[in-house]
Amino acid sequence: MEEEPRVTAASKRQPFKSSLQTQHNSDFSRCCHRKTISRPYSAHAPNARLNLPIDYSTTPLLNHTSQSALSHPELPQNVRQSKTQRQNLFQAVNSALRHALASDERVLLFGEDVAFGGVFRCSMNLASDFGAERVFNTPLTEQGIVGFAIGLALEGMRPVAEIQFADYVYPAFDQLVNEAAKARFRTGSTGMHCGGLVVRMPSGAVGHGGIYHSQSPEALFTHIPGLHVVIPRSPSQAKGLLLAAIACNDPVVFMEPKILYRAAVEQVPVEGYTLPLDKAEILKEGKDVTVISYGTPLYNCSSAIEAAEKDFGIKAELIDLRTVYPWDRQTILESVKKTGRAVVVHESMVNAGVGAEVAATIQEGAFLRLEAPVQRIAGWSTHMGLVHEKFNIPDIARIYDGIRRTIEY
Amino acid sequence: MRNAMSPHPSRSTVRYSSVSQRPGSDRVHFPGAVNSKFTTDLRFERPSTQPGIPTYRILNQDGVVVDKDREPSDVTNGEALKWYKDMLTVSIMDLIMFDAQRQGRLSFYMVSAGEEGIAVGSACALEPEDVIFAQYREAGVFQQRGYTLDEFMNQLFANSKDHGLGRNMPVHYGSRKLNIHTISSPLATQIPHASGAAYALKMQALSDPTLPARVVACYFGEGAASEGDFHAGLNLAATRSCPVVFICRNNGYAISTPSLEQYRGDGIASRGVGYGIDTIRVDGNDIFAVREATKEARKMALQDGGKPILVECMSYRVSHHSTSDDSFAYRAKVEVEDWKRRDNPITRLRKWLEGRGAWDDQKENEARSNIRKEVLKAFSKAEKGKKPRLRTMFEGVYENITEEANVQINELKGILERYPDEYDISDFEDEGKGLEQE
Repeated sequence: MEEEPRVTAASKRQPFKSSLQTQHNSDFSRCCHRKTISRPYSAHAPNARLNLPIDYSTTPLLNHTSQSALSHPELPQNVRQSKTQRQNLFQAVNSALRHALASDERVLLFGEDVAFGGVFRCSMNLASDFGAERVFNTPLTEQGIVGFAIGLALEGMRPVAEIQFADYVYPAFDQLVNEAAKARFRTGSTGMHCGGLVVRMPSGAVGHGGIYHSQSPEALFTHIPGLHVVIPRSPSQAKGLLLAAIACNDPVVFMEPKILYRAAVEQVPVEGYTLPLDKAEILKEGKDVTVISYGTPLYNCSSAIEAAEKDFGIKAELIDLRTVYPWDRQTILESVKKTGRAVVVHESMVNAGVGAEVAATIQEGAFLRLEAPVQRIAGWSTHMGLVHEKFNIPDIARIYDGIRRTIEY
Repeated sequence: MRNAMSPHPSRSTVRYSSVSQRPGSDRVHFPGAVNSKFTTDLRFERPSTQPGIPTYRILNQDGVVVDKDREPSDVTNGEALKWYKDMLTVSIMDLIMFDAQRQGRLSFYMVSAGEEGIAVGSACALEPEDVIFAQYREAGVFQQRGYTLDEFMNQLFANSKDHGLGRNMPVHYGSRKLNIHTISSPLATQIPHASGAAYALKMQALSDPTLPARVVACYFGEGAASEGDFHAGLNLAATRSCPVVFICRNNGYAISTPSLEQYRGDGIASRGVGYGIDTIRVDGNDIFAVREATKEARKMALQDGGKPILVECMSYRVSHHSTSDDSFAYRAKVEVEDWKRRDNPITRLRKWLEGRGAWDDQKENEARSNIRKEVLKAFSKAEKGKKPRLRTMFEGVYENITEEANVQINELKGILERYPDEYDISDFEDEGKGLEQE
C-alpha cells in the first residue's frame, strides 16, 4: 500500500508539492491546456476519430459562463441572483467545505494529510482558517478514521472524513457497512443515528494510477441500504452535492472523480447551495436512445453521442445519475419508456456493477417498451493495470459502439 | 466557533515541528522519538524479562480490606447495597434467561457471571451524562444506570416495546435516556466510535463551557482487543487527546480461545503504554478497586484538555460464552467450579457487607426471592407482547422511506395477501396492516 508509482502526482502520500503549488497559483485556464502537453500515457492514436481527448473548455457538460451556471433550475432564488467564480473541482470541494465549516460549528474535517491541504488540495487553508481542532490530520488508519467519524456523528457532530484514495477504503468497509449504514436501523426508537457523516474519497482513473490509484468501488456501497452513494461530475455539482451530503441526516459516501479535480473547470456559484441527493439530472434530451452514466464517463458519453448523432441521424438522451444509491429510478424509466433503448456507462467493473442494477430495473419497469437489450459499457472484469487503462475505461469508441449496437439491434 | 477554538492549538500540529538531530547530542532527536538516549549496548527490549504490570485491589478474596489505610471510606452502606443488588439482579436474571433460552422461549442469551463487578463497579464511578459504548457483557452497566427489568425483557423478547424494534438479537440493549449507545455485534467497532464520541464531547465543551464535563466509557473484551479497531481507536484517542476511559474486561476467554492464544504480551494493559496512554490494571472481582480506578480514570481523562485512559479489569468468565456455547468442550469443569467457589465479585462484596453487619443470610434470601419475582413478572409481561409492526423492517434504513422501499413494502404486502397460509403474522402488531404507515 505504501509503494507508489513515482510518476504519479496524485499518488498516496506523495503530493508533489511544487508542481501542485505552481498550478494553484496559476491561471485556472492553464489546467485546461494541460491536455495539449504530450504525455506518453495520455496520447491518442494518430488516426483516431472518436477517441480524442475531452476538451473541457468547450464540453456542454460544464458551465462556461456565469449566466449558464446561475440559470440551473435547481438553485435557490438567492443563489441564482448571486455571483459565480471560475473553479476546478478541488476548488469547488474546498469552497463547499469552507462554507460548511463556516456555517455549522458541528462540521469537522479530518483524514490523512488533511491539515496541510490534502494531497489533492481539497482542504487548502481550512486548518489555518478554522483551527486545528476542527480540521486535522489523523494517523494512517482508514477503519479508525471512519469509526472515529461515526462516533462523532452519533454524538451530534457532522464529520467529513477523508479517505485519501478510494482504493484504500477497504479497511473501513466494516465500519461503513456494519456500523454507519445500520446505525439508525439498529438503534431503533432510541433515535440515535449517524446522519451528518460524510466519507469523501477520490476515485476513478487518471491515466496513470495503475491498480491501486484508479479504483471506483461504488458498487460495493450501492449494495448497502443505509448509505447514500454520490458521485459528482463537475465543480458546481460537487459543491451542491457535497453540501447536501453534509446536511443529510443519513451517512453519505461521496466519491470525487480525481481526474476532474483539475481537468473540470467551470463557473460555480459563490454562495452555498445544495442539490438534491435523490434526483437524476437530464443533461440532454433525445428520443432514440437513453445513455445513463455518472461522474467522469459522462464526458466521454457526451462526445460519443455527438459522433453517433452525426453518423446515425439519431437523438440521444443523456442522464447523470448523480446519486447512484438510492437512485432515481423514475427518471430513468420515464426516459427509457420514451426512447426504448438504453446504454449504461460506468468506469468500474461491469460485473455486479451499478449498470446491472439499472439494466435490471429497466427490464422490470419498461420491458414492453424496449427495442433492444440494455447495453452496459463499463470497465472489464479485471484490475486496472497501469498500461491497460485506455483499453479498460469506457472510452468514446466503446460508448459509440454501444449506442450503435443498440440502435442497430 | 473559530474564536472559541483559537486558544486551544492542537498539540499534534506543533509538537515536533522544530525537531532535528543535533551534533554531539547524547540522545535522539529524530521526529519519531524525542527522548531516547543513545547507547553502545546492543540490548533488545525483552518483555519476558520485565515484571508484569501490577493489579490494583482494595479487597482480598474474603472481602477484607487489604490495606487498612485504603478503606473505601466514601462508600455508604446504602450505596454498597445498591451495587450489590445490581450485581445480584444481573446474576439472577442471567440464570432465568439462560434457562428460558434452553426451554426455547428465547432465541439467544449471554450471561455476565464473574464479570458483574466490572460492569457495576465501573458504571457507578461515572456520571449519568457520560456516554457509554458497550460490547455485550455489560448488563450490569445498564442495570446500574437504571435500565428497567421491563426494558431488559422487552429487548430480549423483541416485542413492540423493544427500543431496537425487534431488529437485534437478545442482549443488544441501548438507551438514549441513559446515554448508552445500542450494542452492535461486530467486535471492537465501538472502540473508534468511543474515541470520536469523546472528541465530540470535547468540542461541545469547548464551544459551550456551561455544559457539564463529560467522558466516554468504552467496554470491550481482551479478544476484541486483537481487532484492528482497537489499535485504531486507542491511537486516535491518544493523538486527538480524547476524554475517553477504555475499560477492558479481560476474562481469559474469547469464546473458546484462551488468552494465551490471543496474545503474548502482558495483557491488554501493556498496549496502553505503547500508545502513550495512562493505564492501570485492576482486580475485576473487587468492585471497590474497579470503582476507584474508574473514578480516578474519569478525573484524569478530563485533565489537560482531555486524554484517554485504559483500565484493564482482570476476571474469569465463569459462564459459557453464550447460550450457543458449551465451554466444557474446551476447559475443565473443575477449573470453572474452582473459580466460582474461590472468587467472584458478588460473594466478595457480600463478605464485605456482612463484615460491616449490613447483610446476612435472611436479607440475602429475601433479596434473591424479591428479585426473582420481579424478573419473572417482567419476563411474562414481555413474553406476551406482540412483535413490532412489520413496517419496522423497512423503516430506519434511511431517515425517510425511499421510493424503492415503498415499492417493496407493497410487494411484500401483496405476497402476504396472496399466500395467507404461508405466513403466520398473528404475532405481529396490526398483522398485515402493520406494513402500512401508522
